[in-house]
This record gives sequence, structure tokens and C-alpha cells, in this order.
Amino acid sequence: MTKITVSAKDLSRSYGTRIAVRDVSFELRQGEVLGLLGPNGAGKTTTLQMLAGCLAPSTGSVDICGINLLENPREAKALLGYLPETPPLYRELTVDEYLRLAARLHRIPKNAIANATEKARQRCGLTEVGKRLIGNLSKGYQQRVGIAQAIVHNPRVVILDEPTVGLDPIQIREIRSLIRELGGEHSVILSTHILPEVESVCDRIQIMHQGKLVFSGDMAALKQTYPDQANLEEVFIQLTKKEESA
Amino acid sequence: MIFTIAAKELKILFSGPMAWIILAVLEIILAYFFLNQVDAFLTIQPQLTALANPPGVTELIVTPLFGNAAIILLMAVPLLSMRLIAEERRNQTLNLLLSAPVSVSEIILGKFLGLMAFLSLFIGLVALMSLSLYAGATLDPGLLAGNIVGLVLLAASFAALGLFISSLTSHPLIAAMGSFGALLGLWIINMSARGADSWLNTLSLLKHFESFNRGIINSADAAYFVLFIALFLVLAVRRLDNDRTHG
Repeated sequence: MTKITVSAKDLSRSYGTRIAVRDVSFELRQGEVLGLLGPNGAGKTTTLQMLAGCLAPSTGSVDICGINLLENPREAKALLGYLPETPPLYRELTVDEYLRLAARLHRIPKNAIANATEKARQRCGLTEVGKRLIGNLSKGYQQRVGIAQAIVHNPRVVILDEPTVGLDPIQIREIRSLIRELGGEHSVILSTHILPEVESVCDRIQIMHQGKLVFSGDMAALKQTYPDQANLEEVFIQLTKKEESA
Repeated sequence: MIFTIAAKELKILFSGPMAWIILAVLEIILAYFFLNQVDAFLTIQPQLTALANPPGVTELIVTPLFGNAAIILLMAVPLLSMRLIAEERRNQTLNLLLSAPVSVSEIILGKFLGLMAFLSLFIGLVALMSLSLYAGATLDPGLLAGNIVGLVLLAASFAALGLFISSLTSHPLIAAMGSFGALLGLWIINMSARGADSWLNTLSLLKHFESFNRGIINSADAAYFVLFIALFLVLAVRRLDNDRTHG
């Protein structure tokens, strides 16, 4: 039995009277890549923000490697790497300065910082741009800096909110292989609405619609549950439509 | 961790032109005041010797210099504090700090210390300007020390209030205007005070700075500043924490 790295129980979150996420529960095992799918406004980003500790759930709890995120946020967050929807980049800093800052914020010992940032730059293809200002980089490179920031401290769980947005096809392929590679030792949760991306990198799929989980399982389970549908896209459309009419 | 965040704030402040321009403009204005004061002192110096107990060069030049520096800080601090949280919220960079294993209090204290480091630099320059008088006169070190302590406490109060107001909004300019209004209001609140023991005097920032300016380190005034700083830092922590729970 592999280790469970993320365990979310009955997560709900409301903004005023609007309920963005309701009763979402799932588990993630070590080495797994989980794809969170859903149309715009389904509650993907809110769910990921709650997992990353940037947003407190209205009800429910999150455990990261057995540590409760709400009770021991410092210990739990040390095991997390998070790339938000908008990469949290300081435009005034160079790539190197920024990654060093991210490493320090994640309490990497002083003598290991140079090594960690170097490794993150290599993995994200940033070796050439270390001395450049983040504000002057193209969107694709900025996105990569955002990913590098999320993995610089070698976290157990990596949370990526739409990681391939704004990248060109070659970069998308590189980032996908990076995500696969990360999945080997870390656990990865990524949200997207690009369906082929899910099929190519994810071990498991969760489909969200109107704040609820409407499907959870791997591709084989998906084919078994919906034998009439030819591919993920049709299942996705059927699932999100069904809920609307209900 | 607090120092990592403080260092980051300083680094970002100095990587743009803003910090340099503010430092330069403040220095030019203060230098003008200073020269004027020295000039005035030299004109009245012959008359002073006729007095039995004449005021010294520290009282006539350093005291007004620090008084002016206080008013200049009142205008400059809102411009420096406005971006501390509002801009991070606007650019959505706050997530980097919030998802890191860092507590909200550490974030607020780090930002506060970063701004204080910058303001100390400015206060250091004002002190140096005063010390340059040693070239031709002897200063009253107690009076100078009182003024420096007072200005540091005052600047820290401005910074704490500015940081809190910056945490209320995602528009830096609103934060700047709000802080400036609040600080100016607290500066002049005792204008309509009737009598010396009016509660309006207790609230006024100016009243509490005045004793330091005269060289008196009064523990009641120091306590006012410390409480003021603590109050607004705690409020800022609460506000930022609310982002997570209600945002």
C-alpha cells in the first residue's frame, strides 16, 4: 500500500451566499498525478487554494502526509509546493533572486540554497535566464519560473493550477514531461480544462462541476463507467450537461 | 523568516526608482531647511551672547530640523507603505507568502521591519546632518538623542498605521491617501482641544512627539508610541488573516 500524501475530507467553501465548492473529498497517493477537470467556474481554483492553505475551508479538513493543514499549517505547508493561477512573481527581481527568496521562505538551509535553485532552474529550463529580470521575460518563461518556485524546496506534494496556460506547443510538451517526472517521486495535483493534457499526464481524473465532484477514477474506470462514450471529451460534456439539467 | 521578508521588501524597494527618488527629494528639502536654520542662527548669534541663559545651537537648529523631518515623514511614509500589501494583493503575489510555511504575523513583522530599515536610513541621514554642526559648534548630545529616539518611534507609528491601511485594500493609491488622511488627522486632532488635559491631546501624534523634540524622553509618550505601533500591527495581522478565512 503506497503512502497517502493528501487527504481532503468534506471540503466546502462559500463566498457569502454563493457556494463555490461543496463536500469535496479525495485522497492522493505518493507518486500519483491527479488531474482536476472542470468547466470555468467549477471550483477548481478554490479547491486548490484550500489545499495550498491560502484559503481556509468553510467546513472540512485537509491532511498533508498526515499533518493537518489547519492545525499545523507551518509543518504542512513545508511539504507543499503551489503554483497559483497567476504565478506570484515579483517583476523587479531576477530569476535567481526570486528562486533564492522562494527557497528561503521554504526554510531550505543556507548551504543548500544554491544547489536547490540550480536544480529547479535546470528542471524548468531556466538555466539561460537566471540573471534576467522576471518582468522582462515572456509569459512562457514566467510560467516556468512559477513552476520552478513550486518545486525548489523538493516538496512531497506539488499543486499546479493550470500549469501550461500561455505556453507554446514545445514548452507544453516539456512541462508535461516535467510533470510526469515529478509524479515519480512527488504527488502532483493539477487543474486544467485541456482534456488531452489530462489523458497524457494524469494517473487519475476528477471532474468537478458546480462545486461538486462528479467523477473520480482512472481512465480505465472512466471507460468502464461510460462505455458508450468514445473519449474523455464526450464524457466530460455529458457529465457537465447532465448536472445542469438536473 | 521575518528577516527574509524584510530583506525582500528592501530589495524590491531599492530595485525601483521610488525609494531613491523619495530619499533624494527628502534630503534636498531638509538640506534647504537646515541651511536656512543655520543662516538664521548666525544672524541672531551676536544678540544671543547678550542673554543670560541663551538657547544653544542644538535647540535652535537641531530641534526645528527634526520637527520638519517629522512632517516630511508624515507625507512620505504613506507613499512607501501603500504598496506593502495592497500591491501584492493586486499582483496576486501574496500567494507566495501565504502558501509558504510562514505565519501571517511573520509576514506583517517582516514587512514592517523592511520599511523601518528604509526609514532608519533616512533618520540616519538627518542625524548625520545634525552631527555636521560639530564642525563649528558643540551639540547637546542628550537633546539630539531624544530627537532621534522620538523620530524613530514616530516613523514606526506611521509605518504601522500605513501597513494596516495597506492591508485593507488592493489599490495602492487608496492606501496612500487613506494613510495620509489618518496620519494628518491624528497629527492635528488636538487643534480643537480645550485645555491641556483634553483627551484630544492624548490621541495626537504631534503632542507626544513634542516632548521628544524638546529632549525629554517621557515614558508615557514612549508608551503611547509603542501601544500605537502594536495596535496597528495586530490589526494588520488580523486583516490579512481574514483574507484567508473570508476572502
